[in-house]
Parts: sequence; C-alpha cells; structure tokens
Amino acid sequence: MTELDKQTSDDKAAQSAALSPQSHGKTVAKLLAVVVGMFGFGFALVPLYDVFCDITGINGKTSDEAAVYEAVEIDTSRMITVEFITRTNTGMPWEFSAQTKRVEVHPGEMAEVAFYVRNPVSRDIIAQAIPSVSPGTAALYVNKTECFCFRHQPLKAGEEAIMPMTFYIDPQLPEDITFFTLQYTLYDITASADEAEVVALNNSLGR
Amino acid sequence: MSTVTDTANTPATDDAHGHDDHHHHIPKGITRWLLTTNHKDIGTLYLWFAFIMFLVGGAMAMVIRAELFQPGLQIIEPNFFNQMTTVHGLIMVFGAVMPAFTGLANWLIPMMIGAPDMALPRMNNWSFWILPFAFLILLSSLFVEGGGPAFGWTFYAPLSTTYSGDSTALFVFSVHIMGISSIMGAINVVVTIFNMRAPGMTYMKMPLFVWTWLITAFLLIAVMPVLAGVVTMVLTDKYFGTSFFDAAGGGDPVLFQHIFWFFGHPEVYIMILPAFGIISHIVPTFSRKRLFGYASMVYATASIALLSFIVWAHHMFTTGMPVLAELFFMVATMVIAVPTGVKVFNWVATMWRGSLTFEVPMLFAIAFIILFTIGGLSGLMLAIVPVDFQYHDTYFVVAHFHYVLVTGAIFSIMAAVYYWLPKWTGRMFDIKLAKLHFWCSLVSVNVLFFPMHFVGLAGMPRRIPDYALQFADFNKWISIGGFAFGLSQLIFLALVIKACRKKGEKVSSQVWDGAEGLEWEIPSPAPYHTFETPPLVK
Repeated sequence: MTELDKQTSDDKAAQSAALSPQSHGKTVAKLLAVVVGMFGFGFALVPLYDVFCDITGINGKTSDEAAVYEAVEIDTSRMITVEFITRTNTGMPWEFSAQTKRVEVHPGEMAEVAFYVRNPVSRDIIAQAIPSVSPGTAALYVNKTECFCFRHQPLKAGEEAIMPMTFYIDPQLPEDITFFTLQYTLYDITASADEAEVVALNNSLGR
Repeated sequence: MSTVTDTANTPATDDAHGHDDHHHHIPKGITRWLLTTNHKDIGTLYLWFAFIMFLVGGAMAMVIRAELFQPGLQIIEPNFFNQMTTVHGLIMVFGAVMPAFTGLANWLIPMMIGAPDMALPRMNNWSFWILPFAFLILLSSLFVEGGGPAFGWTFYAPLSTTYSGDSTALFVFSVHIMGISSIMGAINVVVTIFNMRAPGMTYMKMPLFVWTWLITAFLLIAVMPVLAGVVTMVLTDKYFGTSFFDAAGGGDPVLFQHIFWFFGHPEVYIMILPAFGIISHIVPTFSRKRLFGYASMVYATASIALLSFIVWAHHMFTTGMPVLAELFFMVATMVIAVPTGVKVFNWVATMWRGSLTFEVPMLFAIAFIILFTIGGLSGLMLAIVPVDFQYHDTYFVVAHFHYVLVTGAIFSIMAAVYYWLPKWTGRMFDIKLAKLHFWCSLVSVNVLFFPMHFVGLAGMPRRIPDYALQFADFNKWISIGGFAFGLSQLIFLALVIKACRKKGEKVSSQVWDGAEGLEWEIPSPAPYHTFETPPLVK
C-alpha cells in the first residue's frame, strides 16, 4: 500500500475502489438516493406547478375562493372589456351560455354577470365549472366575490337555473391589458362527487 | 509497480473468480445466456435484443408507410394506425436505441477503462433480462380488446387518461419495467466508471465513449424516475380517481406536458450523447490523427446535458405560455447549438489534413456528421417560437427527429458495430456487403426523410392516417424510401449473422491502423475475461 500513496489521488480512488467492493455499495446507495429523490421530485412538480401558477397566473386559472371586496378606488381613467365564453366538456350534456356576453368595467368597479344552465337529459347531474382567463396574466387580477364555480352545481333532470357571478378587477391590472376573456368549462362530475351530494340532489325538492 | 497491480487485482476479480469457480470454461447452452454475469455476453444480448426490436419497430413503420403510400384509407383502420405510430415510437426509443447503447456500454466500457467486468454483474443480468418482458407486455397490449396504446409515444393526458383503452395499464406497467432496467443499467455504468478504472486512467484520460456514457448515465438516473412518476400519475388518474391532469378535479392537463417533457428532453440527449462518443472514436482512427479538442468535447457534452434540463417547454410553445417564458425557452434551446457546434467543429477539424481512409465505420461516421447536422439545424428552426407555431405537429417535426435519431443515433450505432465487430468476433466482416448496406441505407434514408420537410412545411399533420391530395407525390416517394431503408437493414442482419458465424478473414488485435485505446491492446476476438490484471495507463 505504500506505493499506492505515491499515486495521484485519482489513481488512488480508482484502485482503492477496486480494492473494496463495499465502496461499490456506497456509490450505489448515493445513486439510489438520487433515483428516489427524482421520483419524489416528479410528484413534487404537481404542487410546485400549482404554487407557481397561483403566483404568476400563467395557466389562466382564477382563485377558487371568494374575494372580499375591499373599498378600492375605482380607476375611472381606464375601461376594461371582459368577454365571457362558455363550453361544456365532452360528454357533458348541459346547455350552458353566458347571459351577458361582454361587459365594460373600470378597474375596482363591481360587476355582476349571469350564466344560464339547463339539464336537458333525464338524469340528475352534478357539474363543476372551471374558469380560464386569456391572456393568463390577467387571471391574477380578477377578484370574484361570488361565483358558481366555487361550488359543485347540481341540477335534476330537466331543470334549469341562472348562475350569478360577481367580480371586480384589481386596479393593479397591468396597463397593457385592456381586454380579456373569461371562459368557463362545465364538467360532469356526478361519478366522482360525494355520495352524500348525490343523495341530497335526489332528495331535493327542486331549487 | 507489481504490488499495486496485484492488490488492485484481487478484489476486483472476486466476482469473476466466483464465476470461474463453477466453470472454468465458457458455459454452454441457454443457461449461459440466462445466467450470465459477463459484460460481453450481456452486451451481446442487449445488442441482439435492440436489433430485434429495431426490426419489429421497423415493421410497424412499414405498416404506417404502406397506409400513407396513397391518400385515403385503404389498408388499416385509423385506430390501428394510431397504435402503430405509438408503439413504433415506444419500441424505437426504449427498445432499440437505448438498449443498443447500453449493449455497447456493456461491451466497451470495461475494455476501455481496463476493468475486468461491470461493477455490479448480477444486477447487470437483471437489468437485461427484465427488458424482454417489458416489451412482451407492450406488444401483447396490441391484442387486448380495444387495441393497444394509441395516444402517441408521448401519451399526453387526457388522451392517455380519459380517452384510452384498457391496455393503458399494460402500457404503464411495461414503461415501469423499461425504466427500472434503464436505471439499473445507468447505475452500473456510473459505479463501474467511478470505481473500476485501471491505475492511471484519470478522468481526463478516459475515452470519449466512456465520458459521454457517464454523462448519459447521470441523465438517465435523473429523469427515468420522473418518467416513472408521470406514468404512475396517468395510471392513478385513469383507474383510481385521482385528478393530476383532470381540470374538473382541480388538475391541469398542461401539467402532464411539463412533467413529461422534463423527462422527455433529457431523454433525447440520452439517445444522442453516446453517439457523440462513438463518432469521436471513429473519426480520429480513420483520419490517423488525435481527436481535435478532447477537453472541449468533454465540456461540451456536460453542458449539453445540463442545458437539457432547462429547455423542456420548447415542446409546448403552442399551449399558450406567456411570451417571456417562450423567449426564455427559445433562447435556452438555441444556446444548445453552441456546444453541439463545438463538437461538429472538432470532428471536422480532426479530419482536416488527416490521412483519411473510408472504411465502413468511417462512412457511417461521416454520414452521421452531415445528416445529424441537418437534423440539428431543423431543430434550431423549430426552436424559433413563431416558426414553431406553424410547424408544430407537422411532418417537419417528424423529419427533424428522424434525422437526429435515425441518421444520428442509429447510424452511430451501426458505425460502432462495424468499428468494434472485428474485435468482438475476431474476423473482418464482409466489406462488400457492408458497403452495400451503407449506400443503400444512405440513399434510402434521405428519400425517406428529406421530403418530410417539404410536406411538413406545406402543412401535412403528423399522426394522421390520411392526407390532402397535394401531398400524394411526396408521400409516395417517402414510402418507397421507407421500404428501401427497411429492406436495407436485412443486409445488415445477414452481415452480422455471417460475422457471428466466424466467417471472414482473421484480424489482428489492432484491427484498424490508427485505432487507439485499451480495447485494441487485447486479442481479437476479445477473450471471455479481459483485464483480470488491470493494465497500467500512462
């Protein structure tokens, strides 16, 4: 081994490793830790993505919690056009339309719009609406004080309803955004909804 | 120095001795292959497996090209067409290119660094033998009611979660097994290179194939677990009611693409970095010059690998990203052209004023350099955001990745086989047949893939079994090129079988005039056990 010491450290690494099989074990353990870590990282990307999108708004999702209207100063110098689009996911039979197709509001000003839904088929359905704002960066500045998208929406067979949504635009909205589109997509979630919810729908005497 | 050599020798050959205690000769019969822990046997198994998968995946490509020979639907159902494009992609990526490189790594890395075997020989046996089962499962999924996976090799949600058939579970399971196999193979490579280099084989003396594989192995270890994660999410979304990618339940289908391409982009470098290593061996040999810019080759490979982690969203420009993000991913992608350009420059500079000869491996290497560069350039075009908006999901993309994967990765594998086959078998292969294989492949591969650029630019979408009439002429040519390229590979099959049967002239240990490296110092054919006493590298 004395000769070994004269070798460069690199040689030594190569040799002593060859000398002791357990050093294979050490290297393997480290590499396995990376494997496990990266498997975890793949799953960690899911919440990371949500947090990242909440902060930056890049996926165009608005907050799924009601905003409290703070007495902000209405910025009368700007007028923002908001358009509403509705669609239903594949396999969702409801009729769904925006009663107000477009509004013009000042930032900070409250606005109320309504959406019409009808369940034309002969089974009860629970729906969930998912919002999407385009351009996505505007999503951060849409503050909804009330929205049908915050809750599951049950409709019995043949029923119809008007679903309200009130919102105001944060005056911090970047100057370059003068127009944005808010789209709602309705999903049929009856299959995955709580059993209690389905029972409640079946027992309810209509709205 | 003898003490050093002796001490270094004893434990490293423990496994080999344990092996030898049972049989001092090469074991015979099927159990030799089933139970082998010999890196050369396992390398051979990987290479044959990859070749068989290449022919199977190729047969699927022939089905695709037969359907696209004429406009209209004539031979197969659209759903079966989708299964063919999906399984062709999966087999070529995970069954042909990756196992072929692992096979080359098994054969060559121990011989190149002066090690007696891979560091973990029993795990090596496992990592190969689970692979055939993964592909049996994948192929059997084609016979399940409703058909096999038909969502593209990228298995985007919701295609794979909401709209897929029952075979999805089989698909997920087989991808898991492939992933485990790759990870085990990669761990083995890293441990071997870290711990088993011969005395004096410092990192900056390692042959480039070893370097590129070391970096590739790290990429595999980093991203294959992410692939395992994303297929698991697809599995639970489809069968267990989770909502990773389902907007109705609070998920986001775009998230799938982010996770998938976080794996997927490093994956494409996994399929090309070892090729860079191979070419860096062949070009100097037949130029009779040292490789130009060895150190810059190492650093370029490492920077390509690092950059591969921050460019994934260039596959997703059309999902509606903010402009700033698009600019970032566009610029980051283009930056990769710099280290890649360094490599191409170095190969050309190596040939510059060399005494070139054009043996078959060199022919493939030169074809690689030119054609891979064409594929790289179309990649740069696709990196430009507004241009990608037009080219996305067209045949231009198909042309691009087939240039880098077929005339890139596959040509480099063929070059490697021609270069090292005489070392493996001890005989020179049939040169006439090899040249026929080269020229047939070269011409047909360009007839096959070059016109795809034109139909792509004109707007022909990929993964569709039919097309508008104005694309008919080009598609006829593409299909003819495809059939010719497919048939040309049977020449290669014949040649390899002939070589394995020990036909042909015996070769010296040197084989090629200008070849340098430890593997050329051992006899041809390479004995079953090599470097039981580590060589001293000066």
